[in-house]
Amino acid sequence: MPAASSKELLKGLAGKDPRAIGKAISMVENNADGAADILAGLDRERIENALVLGLTGPPGAGKSTLTSSLIRALRKHKKRVGIIAVDPSSPISGGAVLGDRIRMMEHALDRDVIVRSMATRGRLGGICASAGAAVRVMAASGCDVILIETVGVGQSEMDIVRLADITLMVLAPGFGDDIQAMKAGLLEVADFLVVNKSDLGGAEALCMDMKQIFAEKEEESNIPRVLQTIASENKGITDLLASINAFADYLQTHNIKKQRRVKAMESETLDWVFEMLRPRFSRQLQTQTEQQQTDPRVRAKQLIDETFKR
Amino acid sequence: MTTPYRVLIGKPGLDGHDRGAKFIARALRDEGFEVIYTGIRRTAAEIAATAIQEDVDVVGLSSLSGAHLRLFPEVIRELEARGGGDIPVLGGGVIPDEDKEQLLAAGLRAIFTPGTPAATIIESFRDACSQQ
Repeated sequence: MPAASSKELLKGLAGKDPRAIGKAISMVENNADGAADILAGLDRERIENALVLGLTGPPGAGKSTLTSSLIRALRKHKKRVGIIAVDPSSPISGGAVLGDRIRMMEHALDRDVIVRSMATRGRLGGICASAGAAVRVMAASGCDVILIETVGVGQSEMDIVRLADITLMVLAPGFGDDIQAMKAGLLEVADFLVVNKSDLGGAEALCMDMKQIFAEKEEESNIPRVLQTIASENKGITDLLASINAFADYLQTHNIKKQRRVKAMESETLDWVFEMLRPRFSRQLQTQTEQQQTDPRVRAKQLIDETFKR
Repeated sequence: MTTPYRVLIGKPGLDGHDRGAKFIARALRDEGFEVIYTGIRRTAAEIAATAIQEDVDVVGLSSLSGAHLRLFPEVIRELEARGGGDIPVLGGGVIPDEDKEQLLAAGLRAIFTPGTPAATIIESFRDACSQQ
């Protein structure tokens, strides 16, 4: 790769150049030299105005297909769209097969649809920092709406979702116990519940179940929060997008979007702090040989005290 | 921790036989690569545009339909047209020896056939990535 300077990349971003967008995201994802310059030089106004949607849910619920349908609908409204599709890295090899794009290939030649696949790279929290930075690069390159898609199974996915202004939980009938397990955590942070594959048996029952859980949320904003779709047939997408837009307006007028952003920025900053400290502590640990008998918690405290000389 | 190499595995043209492409994708994953897979029946332009967006280090193409002489060089041209002429392209499939020379002359970095050991293929990907 010919090394591009941060300045050139920033110019490319402003001009919506796909190569520059791709390279800039790589730089921030790899925490490469110049990443800070790029992030500091991004168009703040574009970032502020962009709408960030988080899509999560169990594997096989149809998140990628729904994402593709949403892209189609957003493009009809002339919105420039960015997509960050997060998949897990193998804990053994560190590699990953990123296949979410397969369902979005109809948009491959649309210059106003930017898709980026990201692997978690085994960093709890770290991926949030990378994805957050990628969201801002996309926003600065003129994306009006940015979708973050991730498998919703654990804590780190929940953290990724918190980067979003609006969170959609995608479910499908027939997941049974999975959904029971998720009720406690993810359903609480979700703004919308999308029952996809609504042509399958059990969709109505699932919907009624979810409406009960979301009754309070629906009442507070007076916007439908539980919606049915058949993403593969493009059904229910118009209603879903209308509700999302209405809710985006609601967040804006009640100053909630801003509050959510402030919180997201804080937690992302913390992620970066840990990410940046990790190599230093890791090195320090390796140089200590005699303290291995110490309890890890005690040792951690000692390390921190030594480092910050308190 | 070193940064994982990013590669794209694409299947251009009207060829639905993706067992080889998926095998290579998995083998690369197991060697620590991040592999973006495009799925079957893609145009050269789609593959090139995806490679640029994903900022991959290397593009790997698979074709078992006999159209490799037309499709592989077309991907290179599409990459060049999008400012990605520096991204190396590797190809594999049912490719006769005489076509192999032609493809290498057209700018393909390496060509693999059904007899090529997986380890050789992975090494080629690693080499091409490390030179980026």
